[in-house]
Amino acid sequence: MKLNRRKFIGTTAAASALLAAPMAIGSGHGRAKVVVIGGGAGGATAARYIAKDSNGEIDVTLVEPTRTYYTCFFSNLYIGGFREIDSIAHSYGTLASEYGVNVVHDWAIGVDRDAKSVTLAGGSTLSYDKLILSPGIDFVDGAVPGWDLNSQNAMPHAYKAGSQTELLKAQIEAMPEGGTFAMVAPPNPFRCPPGPYERVSMVAHRLRDINPTAKIIVADPKEKFSKMALFQEGWADNYSGMIDWIGADFGGGNVEVDPHAMTVSIDGEVTSVDACNVIPAMKAGRIAELAGVTDGNWAPVNANDMSSKMDENVYVLGDATSQGDMPKSGFSANSQAKVCANSVRGALTGSSVFPARYSNTCWSLIDTDNGVKVGATYEATEEKIAKVDGFISATGESADLRAATYRESVGWYDGITADMFG
Amino acid sequence: MRWITLTTLLSLGFATQVTAEAGGNAERGEDLFRQCAGCHQVGESAEHRIGPSLNGIFDRSAGVAEGFRYSNAMERTAAGGLVWTYESLDTFIENPRNLVSGTRMSFRGIANQQDRDDLLAYLRLFSASPANIPEAAPTAKGLDHDLDPEILSISGDPAYGEYLSNECTTCHLLSGNDNGIPSITNWPVEDFVIALHAYKNAKRLHPVMQMMAGRLSNEEIAALAAYFKGLDQ
Repeated sequence: MKLNRRKFIGTTAAASALLAAPMAIGSGHGRAKVVVIGGGAGGATAARYIAKDSNGEIDVTLVEPTRTYYTCFFSNLYIGGFREIDSIAHSYGTLASEYGVNVVHDWAIGVDRDAKSVTLAGGSTLSYDKLILSPGIDFVDGAVPGWDLNSQNAMPHAYKAGSQTELLKAQIEAMPEGGTFAMVAPPNPFRCPPGPYERVSMVAHRLRDINPTAKIIVADPKEKFSKMALFQEGWADNYSGMIDWIGADFGGGNVEVDPHAMTVSIDGEVTSVDACNVIPAMKAGRIAELAGVTDGNWAPVNANDMSSKMDENVYVLGDATSQGDMPKSGFSANSQAKVCANSVRGALTGSSVFPARYSNTCWSLIDTDNGVKVGATYEATEEKIAKVDGFISATGESADLRAATYRESVGWYDGITADMFG
Repeated sequence: MRWITLTTLLSLGFATQVTAEAGGNAERGEDLFRQCAGCHQVGESAEHRIGPSLNGIFDRSAGVAEGFRYSNAMERTAAGGLVWTYESLDTFIENPRNLVSGTRMSFRGIANQQDRDDLLAYLRLFSASPANIPEAAPTAKGLDHDLDPEILSISGDPAYGEYLSNECTTCHLLSGNDNGIPSITNWPVEDFVIALHAYKNAKRLHPVMQMMAGRLSNEEIAALAAYFKGLDQ
């Protein structure tokens, strides 16, 4: 057994130096090269595991535009006032210094799969033996009539964490007494299935403290959603009369917004709103489409190793994929990244490749010390990642159990972020 | 330990001391100790398990039990001169992480002062001097099991365990730090195997762990136990 292999590479070139380099990065070393695009739960984990376990045999470059990464998971808890924004912020320093990952803060703007190279917005190119795409999500143009990305300051999506999340929280807190908050929920499939409903809970929690006569309207194009019974029980018990959820049956999918007038039209009825969170329909992050590995909105992958169905040298992780039964979650992306890392190392260095195994658990917070969870294990079959076993919190659970579930989610946050960023 | 042994102890004259120092009820403390017994043994032939043996804990320096591997956090605190007095033990049991942030002791603490007094009164019985450790079987709740000895004797492959551990480390911190999710680092192999089989067989109730353990084979559980036991911190 090899322990304490973390420091096999003492140093790495500073990101700024890499950015300044005019030539292709990482060429001519003779080591196998892996380029990872996207530094979230999928990409950061894959980069870390490949670097950690390959004893320096693989040159790993991680391309991520932001220097500070805000996790989407737990960003709702920031809105609810349970976390500070800094507590969900992470840097890539440890990946670079302890694991020898070349971290490049730039946008990937093109992939040439024939030449096996990636073009960056800064002008340089990166060649690869294996490419891992973990770009998260982008929004489908025109998904919500009246809204586009230019409207995101008036009606934030807050579905990529950071300044959007801060903006939404500030707008909610600035609502006039008795004002109205509206959410336009997304159609399936989308990132973090319980996410919009945890957010509704957190908004209600915050408003109950500072603006208890405020109203929350949710326009939803779906008839049901993740943990629906748990959330609806929690809303009735804790935020009675505050939340009006309008599902597809009642026209929740027939929505138009006007970000200038700050109105939302639901099934023809126009309502003035004081804050509005528009979460449009989603698709794979754009680089997946540019790389030509998408089919429709998502990138299909092989269940045994997360390789693209279009190219055996390209892997796709996390929210951007269509893979079968796993939800689009940070936990899933982290789980998929470790299967992918094992496979990539095997292909490049001949290390043992073990059978894929996947799992996921999603915790949500409904109110103070009132956590719930849903989870499942998965296996690779010929056609997809298929669910093996699962569980979900029950309605009517004791306060002690709900409090323990919340504490567990806090522990999980520490665990997964250590697994991603070292 | 049974009440009879406690009575024996009382007759030996320890009771006055216990009552005077702690004001606790050692008999009640014995019941309360059950929540500790998953990890700690006390009494004759008590051994280090997930946590150190608690024989002779009073007036001992922290972090010095021979043969036990402490968390970095505990070693740091011990290096600062922590001695287990009634007061420091009381503070620690109230909330372990208030005193030693980052301890691997996965225990929320006991808020009730009387409960802590009773528990410490019980522990005090095992601390007068080594000769006074009562003749009782070590507490063994954590080791109660009906696992086939053949399963327990499987020798795990730590390299395979390292791969499998990828599924654990999404929640459990390899550093052994614990904040809502228990530490699983450096457990004795036997305890680890028993615990995972208890989840697999639905004797332990946590739904996530039942699900995760549910599809682990006997060899895979042994491999995980071998890997986590051998971890450097």
